Amino acid sequence: MFATGSTRPSRESAAKPAPARVLRVCADPNNLPFSNERREGFENRIAELIARELDSRVEYTWWAQRRGFFRNTLNAGRCDLVPGIPSSFELALATRPYYRSTYVFVTRRDRNLHIESFDDTVLAHLRIGVQLVGDDGTNTPPVHALSRRGYAAQLVGYSLYDDYARPNPPARIIDAVASGEVDLAVAWGPLAGYFASRQPTPLVLRPVQPQIDLPFLPLIFDISMGVRRGDGALAAAVDSVMTRRRAEVDSILAAYRVPRLDAPVAGGGT
Amino acid sequence: MSDLRLVVRMKSVVVVGLGAGLVLACERSADIAPDASRADSAVAVAPTPDTAAVSDDDGQWVRSARDYAGTRFSGLTQINSNNVAALAPAWTFSTGVNRGQEAAPIVVGSTMYVVTPYPNILYALDLTRPGTTRWTYQPKPSSSAQGVACCDVVNRGAAYADGRVFINTLDAQTIAVDAETGKEIWRTRLGDINKGETMTMAPLVVKGKVLVGNSGGEFGVRGWLTALDARTGEIAWRAYHTGPDADVLIGERFKPFYPSDRGTDLGMKTWPPDMWKTGGGTAWGFISYDPELDLIYYGTANPGPWNPEARPGDNKWTSGIFARDPDDGQAVWFYQTSPHDLYDHDGINESILVDLEWQGATRKVLIHPGRTGYMYVIDRTSGQVLAAPPFGYITSATGVDLETGRIQPVAAKQPRTGIVVREICPASPGTKDWQPAAWSPQHRMVFVPHQNLCMDFEGVEANYIAGTPFVGANVKFYAGPGGWRGRFMAWDPVAGRAVWTIEERFPVWSGALVTAGDLAFYGTMDGWFKAIHATTGRELWRFKTGSGIIGQPVTYRGPDGKQYVAILAGVGGWSGAIVSADLDPRDSTAGGGFVNAMRDLKAATTKGGTLYVFALP
Repeated sequence: MFATGSTRPSRESAAKPAPARVLRVCADPNNLPFSNERREGFENRIAELIARELDSRVEYTWWAQRRGFFRNTLNAGRCDLVPGIPSSFELALATRPYYRSTYVFVTRRDRNLHIESFDDTVLAHLRIGVQLVGDDGTNTPPVHALSRRGYAAQLVGYSLYDDYARPNPPARIIDAVASGEVDLAVAWGPLAGYFASRQPTPLVLRPVQPQIDLPFLPLIFDISMGVRRGDGALAAAVDSVMTRRRAEVDSILAAYRVPRLDAPVAGGGT
Repeated sequence: MSDLRLVVRMKSVVVVGLGAGLVLACERSADIAPDASRADSAVAVAPTPDTAAVSDDDGQWVRSARDYAGTRFSGLTQINSNNVAALAPAWTFSTGVNRGQEAAPIVVGSTMYVVTPYPNILYALDLTRPGTTRWTYQPKPSSSAQGVACCDVVNRGAAYADGRVFINTLDAQTIAVDAETGKEIWRTRLGDINKGETMTMAPLVVKGKVLVGNSGGEFGVRGWLTALDARTGEIAWRAYHTGPDADVLIGERFKPFYPSDRGTDLGMKTWPPDMWKTGGGTAWGFISYDPELDLIYYGTANPGPWNPEARPGDNKWTSGIFARDPDDGQAVWFYQTSPHDLYDHDGINESILVDLEWQGATRKVLIHPGRTGYMYVIDRTSGQVLAAPPFGYITSATGVDLETGRIQPVAAKQPRTGIVVREICPASPGTKDWQPAAWSPQHRMVFVPHQNLCMDFEGVEANYIAGTPFVGANVKFYAGPGGWRGRFMAWDPVAGRAVWTIEERFPVWSGALVTAGDLAFYGTMDGWFKAIHATTGRELWRFKTGSGIIGQPVTYRGPDGKQYVAILAGVGGWSGAIVSADLDPRDSTAGGGFVNAMRDLKAATTKGGTLYVFALP
């Protein structure tokens, strides 16, 4: 169990023993920029920050974040914290959002395509990469926004699942823009920001418009951390840390090039 | 076929199939008596009994549906409507795996073969010493990282042929094991679980080929049916279910009955460009075979992972039924039960091969209880739909047009993200899902386990996969009209209506068995195994097993000459995930919406994984 209310600022000391308390986190072992087994993702870094503030060490249960993730991890008691969930997610209790991001249009800079909206007529002539989730007839919002507008014939699908034996399966869509396999991709902001910044070929990211497509299709999302429903104490402790260490959280997100629609406190931003 | 019974003395074995004129291992003297129930000594069967003779013998059960026609009918009469009330457990066996048990136990001679859900352990049970094993084979399928292969990881059973037992593993391998010794003979990897390519279906062996189909449509897996050489495990042919004709093995022999299935490369043209490459259309159901026509019949699953609006077109060859040549896989006809599927209505349900008196002539048909809620009677030589009356409550369509073969959808019931659409019936699991029906040639009726569920699409809810947020339809299932969620019925396919029905509280997710003893058997999700008077529908016997039943019941003659009925109990599968996967009943959209309809299941059953074998005392 995790006790709250007795946080104190961490003190660096060469002889300091590992904290006895444990912050149990469930995360995907193969999903940069969010998280991986080597703790290289921004969720890993923010989890570490929280643990430090709470005088604890992080222990992970690694689980691919797919159907069944919350049931098998957080809600099975295998861990107490999931470092990223949509703030309106019903299967967990959300902390206050720590970033708001958006799906983005991703193109090669040298194509000069200047796409800003799903209503731009140039889309009719492009091969458009989209992220596929295959969840009972629904898909990532760009797929719906584009099919509604009659662009089904231009869509090229990149499954979020792809090949889990390879690193970061959802990243294939960004490679596809860089290589020219597609002219445009519409991908979730944090994924696009991180992998685009690592491409040798310069890529351009632009938030999609509209932000909410009719009839009720959001393309922007607030992201929180998640705890078990009913675990208000841990949620409050996390909220308290995230507020106090706002600048450091923003700076981690900025380092990973997370496109943000909310204004960072200081020093952050895309 | 022959009703000759098998009696063995001492170490000698004779198996005689009168029609086929086959004789095996005729060594020392043997007595052949017309009624095996008078046998008084334990028997042993030759190491490699000829499959044709063995499978014709009602005392055996060498493949899921017993025979190639898929009838699940047994001619055994020792247990019958007069004495079944005395049926009692003879022995049990714990599989050690407490997940959804969907398999049919396979019986060959004095050995029963049971394969479990992941990790797909294959047990060879010694029927001469009930409850003990001759051997255990552990395929050790790769586990993949946790969470990669979601959900209940069922297996629908093994198949026996020519001294070998064949199984599929979750990580998409087909394995041949020596039936006598349990030694692995070959294994062939057909997919990569890291890419979502899995296998759960029961193989069918036809003319020296092991026929297997894949699962995993939601992951963008491209569906196929593959034939492996039973001796070597090498791929003999593969038919994809989307893409160019060459991949789908559509050529000169392909003569679909309806115009909308005619044309070249429809597996590409009925999709937006390239979308067929991740088109789904997997084949995870049962296969049947007509040796006279020399055709196999099986269904394809729905298109995935694309949502319907992204994939305009009929999306061939998903959600339909193929007839193919087992030697080379060439397609002979196809019928699409759900063109441009909107509801997750796979076409994988079984096709039972029956010769019916139809409007004054004998027609060779197949009976396919559809996910769509229609009981298709299809001419199996041509693919023509002779009738498709509803066998459940349907709001999503008005019927099947027999001229064009096409289902007639109701526009108002088409789900669209963000729009509330209520009372879509049948819900995604359909009026019947994979759970197989049985056909009695004596009663001339189909015995159908199925469900009565409707669904609402109620706005959206936030979802999150691999760090990617999206809104998914908020889908809830609930009982259809009448309030009962399951039903078991006897259906007359010529009259096109039910003869008798039994309503059940939960969906009847088990398979059906029917016998010449005038009995039908099925199991309920809260663990009751029931014997029903096949003629009248009256319940004659029930037994409460340790966990909900979603397996396939079988019956066989044991080494002692007595008739036995066997069933695996262990709830799970899609409908039972709330128990086997311990879902939160408060989350009405968990389990793909099924949890809403199954909140009370947790109070009615717990997980399990036990084989029950019943006999008369």
